[in-house]
Formats: sequence, C-alpha cells, structure tokens
Amino acid sequence: MAIDAATVRKVARLARIAEPEERLEPLARELTGIMNWIEQLNEVDTNGVEPMTSAVAVTLPMRENVVTDGGDAARVLSNAPKSVGGFFVVPKVVE
Amino acid sequence: MTDLTKLTLKAALDGLSSKAFSSLELTQAHVDAVAAAKPLNAYILETPDKALDMARAADAIRAKGEAGPLTGAPLGIKDLFCTEGVRTTACSNILGNFVPTYESTVTANLWRDGAVMLGKLNMDQFAMGSSNETSAFGDVVNPWRGAGSDRKLTPGGSSGGSAAAVAADLCLAATATDTGGSIRQPAAFTGTVGIKPTYGRCSRWGVVAFASSLDQAGPIAKTVEDAAIMLKSMSGHDPKDSTSLDIAVPDYPSFVGKSVKGLRIGIPKEYRVEGMPAEIEQLWQKGIDWLKEAGCEIVEVSLPHTKYALPAYYIVAPAEASSNLARYDGMRFGLRVDGANLTETYEQTRAAGFGEEVKRRILIGTYVLSAGYYDAYYVKALKVRRRILEDFEQAFEKVDALLTPTAPSAAFGLGENADDPVAMYLNDIFTVTVNLAGLPGMSIPAGVDANGLPLGLQLIGKALDEGTLFSLGGALEKAADFKAKPAKWW
Repeated sequence: MAIDAATVRKVARLARIAEPEERLEPLARELTGIMNWIEQLNEVDTNGVEPMTSAVAVTLPMRENVVTDGGDAARVLSNAPKSVGGFFVVPKVVE
Repeated sequence: MTDLTKLTLKAALDGLSSKAFSSLELTQAHVDAVAAAKPLNAYILETPDKALDMARAADAIRAKGEAGPLTGAPLGIKDLFCTEGVRTTACSNILGNFVPTYESTVTANLWRDGAVMLGKLNMDQFAMGSSNETSAFGDVVNPWRGAGSDRKLTPGGSSGGSAAAVAADLCLAATATDTGGSIRQPAAFTGTVGIKPTYGRCSRWGVVAFASSLDQAGPIAKTVEDAAIMLKSMSGHDPKDSTSLDIAVPDYPSFVGKSVKGLRIGIPKEYRVEGMPAEIEQLWQKGIDWLKEAGCEIVEVSLPHTKYALPAYYIVAPAEASSNLARYDGMRFGLRVDGANLTETYEQTRAAGFGEEVKRRILIGTYVLSAGYYDAYYVKALKVRRRILEDFEQAFEKVDALLTPTAPSAAFGLGENADDPVAMYLNDIFTVTVNLAGLPGMSIPAGVDANGLPLGLQLIGKALDEGTLFSLGGALEKAADFKAKPAKWW
C-alpha cells in the first residue's frame, strides 16, 4: 500500500518530529518502499497463532512494594537542559 | 618487550598473573595504540587518565593476591552502555553531553571483575544500522582493506566501533549489543568473534534502549575463549531488569576445547539465499566438513519462516523503538531546542537530535502502532514472530545447534548501500531470526574471500545453551585456523 505525504505529516506529528514540507514526499516514497516489502508477511498463515509478546516465557517477578531509591534531586537534575531550585524548567503547558 | 596489544585477552591475563608485565604497561600500550588510530574513528571518547588510574588500582589489587577474572585487562565499551561520570550518547545528538550518574549493570560487572576502561566506542546511532554510517560521530572505518585497494570499508554495525577496535588491537575485547545482528555481523566483517547470548542472560539495565524485547548485550573478542571469559563476567541475574534471567551463569571458558563428538548440527536449507556469493557457500560447506571431522553429525533442517524474519523485525523493532525513544523530549536530559510552545519544542528537539535512520524507524513504528494499523501490522508481526520461534523449536528437537553463514557478503564499501534502506536491512538476514526467537548466536571468523576480506560462520544454539556454542566455536576456530590480521595502514 502507498503512504502519501499527508499520512507522513500525520505520523510525524504523532511522533513529535518536525519534518519540513519538502521532506514529506521523499519520506512517503521511502516508507512506501519499506511497507511494501513488509507486506509479504500476509503470505504467512497465522490463524490461531498467539502473538509472541516476550522473548522468553517467564512471569514477571514481583518485588516488595518499598522505596528503593530517591531523595537525590542533584543527580536527577544533573543532565537537565534547564533547572531552577531543584526543579526541571519546562515550557508553559497550561495557559 | 613484545607488542602487548597483540595479545589475546587470555594471554594478557596469564601475563599479568605471571607478572610478565603490569596492567599499567599493558594499559599504556593500548592507550598509545588508541591515540594513534584516529583514522579508524573507533573510539568517540578516550579515557586514558581513567584507564591508567584503573590499571594502577588493578596492579595494587593483584599485588595483594586478590585478582578477579579480569583484573587489569583494558577493554573498550560501546557507547550504548551508561558509564558513570563518562559521557554516554548512543552516538546521537539528542543525548548531547549526557553524563550518566549511574553505571550499567554489564559494565559494573566488568569493573567488579577488575577490568580497565579505555573509552567509549563508536556505533550506529541508537544501534540502528548495519554499517556504522548512522553515527553522529561519523563512520567507523574497517581496519581491513581489500587486496591492493585503499577503499574504505564498513566494519559493519551497529557495533562497528567495538569490532574495529578489537580487530585493530585497540583493546583486548569490547562490549557490544545485538538487536538484529549488531554483534555478529560486525564480528564477521572484521575477523573477530562475537556472541549474542540468550535473551535475558545480560542485564539491559543502563543500556540505552532500542527494541527491548530484542536487545541483548554480548562481547566482541579476538578468540572464542576470550569471548567466553568476557561473557561470563558480563552475564548474571539483575533485579533491576525484570527480563533478566535468575539462572546461574555457567563457567563458559570451561566449554572451549571440549569435544563436540556426537553433537548433531542442523543445516537450515532456507539459508541458501539467492545471490549469495559462491565463496560464502563454499565456506559454509567447509564449516560443515570441519564439524564432521570433529565428530559431529550433520542434519538438514528446515526453518520455513526464515524469509519473513526481516519484515517481521522491521515492524517489531521500530514499534518498540518508537515507544522507547518517546523519552527524548528535551525536558529532563539531552538536547532541547526551544519552540513557540511545548509541542513545537518537542518537535524541534527531536527533529534536530535524531539522525535520519532513527527518524525513519520512529515513523515506521508510529505508523504500525497507529489506530487502524495495529492489528494488521504489529499483531501480525508478533504472530509471525511466534512462527519463527516454532521453526527453531522443531529444529532443536532433532539437533543440538545450527550452522549458517553470519552475513550474506563480506564488508562492503562505506556509502555503498546508503540509498536503499531495504538493501541495508538485508545484511541481517541470517542473524535477525535469532533475536526474534531469543536464542544465542555466535560468529566465528572462518576464512577470507578472494579480496582477502574476512568471512564468518554463525552457530545458533538452544536457549541457555551458550556452552555448546563455545565448544563448537572452539572446534571451528581450531579447524579454520584463522590467523589473518589487517595490515596496519592507519
């Protein structure tokens, strides 16, 4: 199936990646090429097959519901692009 | 004194143990080799002062008689592993100057066992690539060149820096990771040994995530025995990774040199792909003959869904990546490009920070997970993934391991496959099945092509049966007697 520029614009928006207008057509062509190649999966009969959601069949381990880490704002903030007084500084979200 | 960088990890550990040289001497030799190898672009961050400090500490520990399995051995670390206080970028601009305040479990295990860090190794950006051309730090150049040619070749990817550094004697061994073939294909392209263990053997904690159900760490090393020594230290249960297996780590080095007599080796007929060079076909046959001579029984097996592994992978891996990489929002760490509002800030940050291949995969992943396509693509791929696992389960009812080529070609020229993403993806045709099924796979250098470039054979094992792979790998290594090294031009 063909992916058009409008679909690329929508997907890029969902992925929060700014793609300039002139990139939409080339990306649409590339993604169409890749998705057409992927289409061959439809040849496989998967009726009644359980989707494989984990590489190894193990049940997730449980642990005690206790605090194991924290109280270390300096380390948490050490890579922040912007921080003030022990907080992350982010753009205004609510007007 | 002989050139200490030429030693295998095992020989270096023996030399340290017999006091033939100190870790400081061994490490200094490697620091000097790394500093003189800039044209390879294998290291993106050298940490010579840290290396020499760690070497001095290792010598002190050894003098006290408290040496661990790797005490004093200088290693290179793929830039996907978080290293406390040492910049970690996954070779992407979006991580910018990220300096972790914690250590990945795998590297912590190596330091616990006494290893020394030489620096951080180049790789494809976020481990997405098969040629090391997607790195924000530029291409790694393969130390190998074709006979009579000075054309720059790819070392493979994504662990291209790890493979090039080991092949060029810029470390005794290196950490690497493998999501679709990123340990084994570069190992094949550089005449080195690489093993991706069973999913869950090595903790993923502190390893920058690409596709969490496929990502596994493993070593690239000069010999099968060296790989076994490395993997033993890297592996082990970690409560911080919920998929880490709570199973004892076998003594992998003890499997190297064990007889492989009576083992049944499967040859999957679907791995004879169209257009595969005759040399690779011939090398595969040689591998079959070597294992026969070592007493193995050869059995033809069928893995009928092999051709669907790559397309399934290119849904599963981008889907997981699009989710994992959502964390790069410019708020808490890494790059931030300010826009007019929050959404624009996200969009501009991610547009500026991610490379083209990473963006392409995030877009594919977002597309296949989006409303209306989830069942048609993502769930379909997960069902095909189970079919691929079932293929292996059926084969392993009859055989103990499988033998295949590692890659469909020798190292190709940098820039050669850059325009066609699907052609690049086909590099992983023999390796990606193993990631989907969570199985261990190992590449062993087995010969050279007409141009003198190395070629690898791949062994695939049952889940948790790395031991058998080390025995078989040892047998292949002995029979192949691969001694070629790249001629130094850098």
